[in-house]
Formats: sequence, structure tokens, C-alpha cells
Amino acid sequence: MIDRAAVMAALSTVRDPELDEAITGLGFVGAVEVDGSRVGVRLRLPTYFCAPNFAYMMVADARNAVRAVPGVSEALVSLDDHFASDEINSGVGDGQSFQDTFTDLADDELGEIRSLFNRKAFLVRQEKLCRLLLARGLQAEDLATVKLGDLPPSPETDVYLERRAELGLDPAPEAPFLVGAGGDAVGAAKVSDHLRFASTIRVSVEGNAGMCRGLLATRYGLPDPEEATL
Amino acid sequence: MYEKDGEKYFVVDGHVHYWDASPENQANKYGEGFINCFYDYHANLSPEEYVWDKAKFQKYTEEDLMHDLFEIGYVDVAIFQPTYLTDFYTNGFNTTEQDAVLKEKHPDKFIVNGSFDPRGEAQGLEEFEALVGKYNLKGVKLYTAEWKGDSKGWKLTDEWGVKYLEKCQELGVKNIHVHKGPTIWPLNKDAFDLADVDDAATSFPDLNFIVEHVGLPRLEDFCWIGVQEPNVYGGLAVAMPFIHTRPRYFAKVIGELLYWLGEDRIMFASDYAIWQPKWLVEKFVDLEMPEDMVSELGELTPSIKKKILGLNLAKMYDLEVPDDLRVEDEDTGPDLTEKPAVPAGTSA
Repeated sequence: MIDRAAVMAALSTVRDPELDEAITGLGFVGAVEVDGSRVGVRLRLPTYFCAPNFAYMMVADARNAVRAVPGVSEALVSLDDHFASDEINSGVGDGQSFQDTFTDLADDELGEIRSLFNRKAFLVRQEKLCRLLLARGLQAEDLATVKLGDLPPSPETDVYLERRAELGLDPAPEAPFLVGAGGDAVGAAKVSDHLRFASTIRVSVEGNAGMCRGLLATRYGLPDPEEATL
Repeated sequence: MYEKDGEKYFVVDGHVHYWDASPENQANKYGEGFINCFYDYHANLSPEEYVWDKAKFQKYTEEDLMHDLFEIGYVDVAIFQPTYLTDFYTNGFNTTEQDAVLKEKHPDKFIVNGSFDPRGEAQGLEEFEALVGKYNLKGVKLYTAEWKGDSKGWKLTDEWGVKYLEKCQELGVKNIHVHKGPTIWPLNKDAFDLADVDDAATSFPDLNFIVEHVGLPRLEDFCWIGVQEPNVYGGLAVAMPFIHTRPRYFAKVIGELLYWLGEDRIMFASDYAIWQPKWLVEKFVDLEMPEDMVSELGELTPSIKKKILGLNLAKMYDLEVPDDLRVEDEDTGPDLTEKPAVPAGTSA
């Protein structure tokens, strides 16, 4: 018998690519059923019309994550209550590519959009870490001189490094901390501009996340989510 | 008109609907899904006393609309933005023709906007020209994610999209309201991507492009386009109700918009009947920038609020505003001061 907690742990590694948060924390995992070595997972989203590309990514990622749990012989991940549920469920279940699932509606795979949102997520995580550093007394212009090895141990640092690794950026301790999503170091003169733009992305993503939580709660009669702090 | 603390506000609601989403008019499960989705927005973000039951929300009356907007809602002029959705609703969700019936009865209260769908190509273009002539249209609402047969959306930069915009220019339809939705071809790209608005705004400098719900969930892309294109504006539909559930967050969004676009390019909208102007206007006038945000984002002065609540749209639609409701610095113009560049590799 597969341990439910192991399945949930695997699902907690799956993120909503737009919101950069785990699907477990967002409440997108509606049910997990374990039957011996077979696992069924039902996902749900805030609206009937949530973007099908992100929905597909989460269903496919969830299936891969559950299949990788030791002992799982079969993983059936399905999406409920979505206009494209049928296409997504059968496409992912049969291991089809996104393009084949949405013949005539897609002209490529999802790599590009995933990478775009990974870059945004990185800049937001970096900005959050900057605010932490500033709160600890660092001056804005000093941020340009901070190296990865100087970063304080903190959950913000861990997530930042994780997102940074996903972009394939230099992980060396002497590498500059404040870089653009392409890996170029941000000069001292550009620090405040860089942070200004990153904070706008953060406002956008956090607003989006708040909206999604609220709509999911209304749609499925869940307790009201708390107001996120800014 | 709304009055508080000696200040008077001329109110133009930039986005209202008179829809029919009743089960009788739903053509399929998508029509049902669409109105359910709207209802969740309504129920989740409205103050409790303003939440309707689902049946009323599916189809409300003319009396409801007149009462909520003009009798109690402080609205001086409301702009009807049609949303056809004829693939989802037998008679359409909210068409220009339906809106025009009310405009006929109350000519001073409403502005009726039209719409076009470039996938109608040459024949659609003729029909659009006739629609503009019939209703003397000054604006259109475009829903680029609308389905049509097998198609799941279109872009302003499509070959026929450009032809329709040329027609708008020719006919004096100068206000192009754009709503980005969650499905658009090709599905592997970001459906909320605003790059086509950016390109169209550059190609058609004499047209105004009003991005509905200020680009959310892509506020940053919208702000960046707004910095570069003086003819891009932000409609606050969908962003407004956060003022109730998450006031600090709402203040932050307004602060971002004021920083990037300036006070002359942001416009109030309730998106009625999803939300009601009464409480939105009251709360907006009461809103103050939280103390810890003032140094970065600035104060929200009565003058800024007057522009956002009505004067900016009045200017765009050539509406007459009584002298005592104007502000002094009306023509500060778009704020196009130097802004930080988008970090390389982030923009789409």
C-alpha cells in the first residue's frame, strides 16, 4: 500500500507555473485515492475557464510526480470541472504531447511559456530576498556587490537558489546575487530600477494568487483564505 | 455624481453590461460555465449585502440596472461594453443591439459601444461599418479570447485585425477597449499576452487602446506597454473590487499604475452586474494610501480620484462635465517620464 503522505509530498513539488506556488498549498488537489499500488488524484482549479495550457502543465507534472513515488504502479491524475477536462485528461493519461492533445489549437509545446514564467518567478523571488536583505540593514546600492556565498540562510534564500538553478544560472558562491533573468549582473546604478520592475511583477503575481484562492474558495465552498500580506 | 467631504465627483462607469445568461439562452455547457465563473467573481469579491442569488445574476431587469447605476450608484454616464459570445448563448450574452434599446430610452445616461470580430473577414467588415453607422459608435469592446467555431481566439495584429482597426480609424471609432481572456490561439502561448496591443498602439497612434482590468493577471506587461505607448489606457474593471476584500493590495495596484502611467490614463469601471458602482465609488473616495506606502507610491488626492472616477473617461468620450465638477490640472497629459527598462529576457 502506498503511503498517502508520500503522494502528497510528491504533489507538493508541483507548482502552478503562473503563481509559483505548490498546487497543494493552493488547494488544487481535490482528492487523493490509494488502492494498493495504484494512485488516483483529482485536481480542481479556480474557474471553468482557467488557461488550458497551465492546466495541462499541472496535470502532466502531477502525473509525473506521482509516478515517481517508489512503489506506484499506476497514476491516474484527472482535472475536474474544466471546459477542457476531457481533452486534458485523456491527453495526459495517454502520455500525449500538448500539441497532439490540442491538434489545430496549438502550434508547439509548452516549453517557451514555462520558461517565461520561470523567469518571472525568479525575479519575484529575488525581489523578496532583496527586501529581506534591506530590512536587515543592507543599503540598496550594496545589493549589487552581494555574492551568492554572502546570502543568509533563510527559506527565501533556499527558494531563490532553487529558482535560479532552474534557469541554469551560475550557482558558484562568488557569482553575483543580483542578476537579470538572463544572468547578467545588475550594476549599482540600476539596482532601484531593477527592483521597481520586479516589484510590479510581484504585485501582479500576488494579486493573481489572491484572486485564484478566493475564487476556488467560492467555487468549492472552502473556508475564506486570509488576506495575503504585502 | 458623488459628494463627500465637500468634494464632488463626476462618475463615468467605463464598463457595464446588460446581459442575458438565463438557462433558456445558454446554448451549451460553455454558456453555463461562463456565467458560473462570473458569479464566483461576483460572490467572492462583493460585500455580503450586495450578493445576488444566481437566478437574478443570470438575468436581471432593466429596473435593476437603472436603479443600481443611476438611482443609488452615483453614475452620471455609463458605457455599455458588449460581449457577444454567440457560440455560448443563443441570442448572444450582451450585444450592441440589446444595449441600444436602453440608450434609446435614456440617451443622456449611456454610451453604447460596438464590437467586431476580424474572423468575419470581408463580410464582417461590412456589417461592422453598418453597425457603426446605425448606432454612431465611438468605441468598441474587443474580446480576443472569444470562440468562433473551431477558433479559440484572435489577435489585434492578425491580418484582418489590422483591417478592422483601419476601418475604426476611418470611421472615427477611436476608443478600442481590449479584454484579454484565457483562451487564444495558439494555446501553447500566454493567452494574456499584451504584445498585440503594444504593436497595434504603435501602428494606430490616433486610436486609444483601453486595456480592461489593467492587464491583470499581467499587470507588469500592461504597465510596461503603458510607459512606452501614450495612447494606452487602463480600465479598472475587476481590479476595483479588491478595494473591499484586500484594500492594501488595491492601493498597491493603484500606486503602481500611478507610477507607470500617471493619473490621466486610469479609468473607473464597475463591470456591472458583476459588481455595483455604489460601494465601489464610496470605498474609492474613502481610500487613502496606507501610511507605509506613501513615500514610495504617493498620496491619493481628491483630484486624482476625480480623474479616475470620471474625468478621464469624460475627456476620452467628449462628455460635457459641469464646471463645478472639473479639476484644475486637467491636462497634465500622459506621464511618459523615464522609467526603468524591463530586465532582459523577461518580456514575452
